[in-house]
Amino acid sequence: MGIELQNINKQFGEYKAIDNLSLNIASGELIALLGPSGCGKTTLLRIIAGLELADSGKILLENKDTTNLPPRKKNVGFVFQHYALFRRLTVFENVAFGLKVLPFRERPSRSEIRDRVAHLLKLVQMDWALTRYPSQLSGGQRQRVALARALAVNPRVLLLDEPFSALDAKVRQELRRWLRKLHDEIHVTSIFVTHDQEEALELADKIVVINKGRIEQQGTPQEVYDHPANAFVYNFLGNVNVFHGRIHNGKVSLGAHQLDAPDDLKNVEEKPSQTFVRPHEIGISRIRSNDKDLEGTIREVRLQGGQIGLNIECQGLDNPIEAEVPRELFVNLQLAKGVQVFVTINRVRVFTGDYEI
Amino acid sequence: MQCRSGNRKNIVHKLMPQPEISQSHPPVVKKRISDPLSVQVLLVGLTYLFFIGFIFLPLGLVFSQAFGKGWSVYLEAIREPYAIEAVKLTLLTVAIVVPVNAVFGVAAAWAITKFNFPGKSTLKSLLDLPFAVSPVIAGLIFVLLVGSRTPFGSWLGEHGIKIIFSTPGIIIATIFVTFPFIARELIPLMESQGRDEEEAALTLGAKGWQIFWTVTLPNIRWGLLYGTILCGARSIGEFGAVSVVSGHIRGQTNTVPLHVEILYSEYNFTASFAVASLLVFLALLTVVVKSTMEKHFQKNSFHH
Amino acid sequence: MALFQIKRRNILPGFGLSMGYTVFYLSAIVIVPVSMIFFNTFPMGWEPFVNAVTAPRVIASYKLSFSTAFFAALFDAFAGLLTAWVLVRYRFPGKQFLDALVDLPFALPTAVAGICFATLYSPIGWLGQLLAPLNLHIINTPTGIIIALIFIGFPFVVRTIQPVLEEMEQEIEEAAHCLGATRWQTFTKILLPHLFPALLTGVTLAFARGIGEYGSVIFIAGNLPMKTEIAPLMIMSKLDQFDYAGASAVALVLLLISFTMLLLLNAVQEWQQKEYRS
Repeated sequence: MGIELQNINKQFGEYKAIDNLSLNIASGELIALLGPSGCGKTTLLRIIAGLELADSGKILLENKDTTNLPPRKKNVGFVFQHYALFRRLTVFENVAFGLKVLPFRERPSRSEIRDRVAHLLKLVQMDWALTRYPSQLSGGQRQRVALARALAVNPRVLLLDEPFSALDAKVRQELRRWLRKLHDEIHVTSIFVTHDQEEALELADKIVVINKGRIEQQGTPQEVYDHPANAFVYNFLGNVNVFHGRIHNGKVSLGAHQLDAPDDLKNVEEKPSQTFVRPHEIGISRIRSNDKDLEGTIREVRLQGGQIGLNIECQGLDNPIEAEVPRELFVNLQLAKGVQVFVTINRVRVFTGDYEI
Repeated sequence: MQCRSGNRKNIVHKLMPQPEISQSHPPVVKKRISDPLSVQVLLVGLTYLFFIGFIFLPLGLVFSQAFGKGWSVYLEAIREPYAIEAVKLTLLTVAIVVPVNAVFGVAAAWAITKFNFPGKSTLKSLLDLPFAVSPVIAGLIFVLLVGSRTPFGSWLGEHGIKIIFSTPGIIIATIFVTFPFIARELIPLMESQGRDEEEAALTLGAKGWQIFWTVTLPNIRWGLLYGTILCGARSIGEFGAVSVVSGHIRGQTNTVPLHVEILYSEYNFTASFAVASLLVFLALLTVVVKSTMEKHFQKNSFHH
Repeated sequence: MALFQIKRRNILPGFGLSMGYTVFYLSAIVIVPVSMIFFNTFPMGWEPFVNAVTAPRVIASYKLSFSTAFFAALFDAFAGLLTAWVLVRYRFPGKQFLDALVDLPFALPTAVAGICFATLYSPIGWLGQLLAPLNLHIINTPTGIIIALIFIGFPFVVRTIQPVLEEMEQEIEEAAHCLGATRWQTFTKILLPHLFPALLTGVTLAFARGIGEYGSVIFIAGNLPMKTEIAPLMIMSKLDQFDYAGASAVALVLLLISFTMLLLLNAVQEWQQKEYRS
């Protein structure tokens, strides 16, 4: 079901949480609202749910104006960061709750409720826990029950507020994949909020990057990662090296070095610039392959699993460069601390905007 | 960290950082530095001395005086009609005061913990008021409000309603003195439980009363019970405030504590202590219940 | 309009009902009755008011109430600290029993406490008999009042210190020990300062309670005017004479002091919480 947000504004005292934000979400999509803490994404989610009221603006669910409706009437499912399971009710009673509080005419029979709950719990693989209490479950298990509970009343939209942030790293990964699979099965329009860009990149059909109450960019994970609209988005998604310099006459300074400026900035007058390079878009070799290569020495080696992180001090640059190389390369080239290497910078993005790191 | 006292040279070595105990393992039981045995014996002894002087002796006295002249005299004192009337009046007071204050406590706790509004802290401080006010003043204010010599009071008197020197006055004064107990028990409890569950219920379609009955009430039931017990115990034992508003009329406006006072002032010590022993039993029961509940729920917060 | 603003911010239902009932209840039970004290004293006029509250007998009663409450609270500071320490740190027979009994003065009706202590310290009472030969009279003296107030204030001090003691990290003491401090030095230089905010809170509570205490005191005090007549009793006797204005005046002074104590207490508790948060 399509969601349309028009010119939403929300202020808390002096603090502007959401600044004239508009957004369209297609039916059936799994959307991530991604941004740093305090950027307004949770507030936006709660406004959509009806748990907060926007100061101005409209919220349309399936073309119906639901701006001022209470949560009850919006038919949204909400999954809280800390699960918010009813601690005095069993798993069964938790999931059945939404069905039991339906007005008399709409309420299903007891056997229908039982069937539906059983079906949902099976879907989330928690059917064995019918009579357990939340306190007897692990975090990941509780979150799955919370999901089943939200789905029980056939919501038109599923809203998830940082659903995995309270969980261990491994559980988080498992649940991420599991949520994607679940979504592919049931196709409910879903919006989840996260500050973890890995999570957003992995899970979402579309990412909406939010900062200071405004949308910085929206697009598929590919678009947002490969073609970031501005420095903020670039920096937020993935690791990055930043070089402050100046752009002048079609050339960008990188410390003592000069690089060709990207096409769209070739004719820009002189101004300060920030050059971004991704650690894994840096080539490392033992021999010079190119005039433009930088010479440097490995200062630190970090074993990060499949990739190895290198901290390299380069001639002519004030700050060291962070590079990432596959493990085989590291082994084959016999790289180690203190080794001299040549650094090829393959792709840069240059921004001359206001956002400074 | 272990440290051999007297061997200073090792200290530097011992104070070097130790590997951190991983959170997932149960805590290593460390031997706490303890005071020398002689000090322990002395301090425990002094404590017992204090308790003997201030707690055990008075308790013992009550029972020795109450039962001093034998069972029959004791029972006679308790079954005496005026004593029974006093018990009835006290029970009536409790039966009204506790539910009324419970409703208030729940309402106040709901308003304070589930919402944000200006003036919240002023409201919370108002809840501390009876603890700062002498019980005599607590009684005084109602005499000043609805006593027979006041405009309001005489108006009520013309309509046949007598508050001061009559049962309603006792009830109202007791309400004043005990109204914070349940609220003060519920507020920290509900604050620590947060609003998430209620919000979740809201998104699932529940309405106001449904949310309260099915989500909030089960979560606060032990706090409610605990607060009710404290409120009840205090209602039974209130003396100063009730003393002011009661007419001290035996058989009509005497609560059990007032009856104890009357008997004592007539030098009828045995009877006085006999009736008092009922209150002592109740106090001991309250103390035991309080202690059990606190251990059970590991709350060691004394709400004054 | 303000209510609408508040409703916009709060999405859970029931604000109007709960808040409305709370305000109504508090107004009827608390605000209106307490304000009667002011309504009864203002018409008095300044001079009669001052005369009423500065009469020698009245001043004597203030002095008595404050001084006895003060000394009792002071004693309770020691007794309370001792008891809390022993209950938290040591293991000994009867510990659970004592721990439960700490609440007794709080749960026991004040009249019962009153007659107990009066009988205990009467010349033929168990303790009175022991003290008579030493020419120590407790009945009808301020000392008797102090003893009753010690009983009343005791649980406040213990229960305020206990949680703080329980949550103290033992690493601090071990560090002091390793650095060569004796047990006593550790106690006075490290533990005591850490406990001080809680101790102060408990003592202030006991003091505030002691000023207004009535039931446990009147039996042992003898209520001799100018000597053992406490301020609440002063109010009582004025009421008996239907001197409503006089009673209100004395009550007003006591109330103002109680409110100051309450504010002080809040400030101390905030300080305590700030200290313990770090």
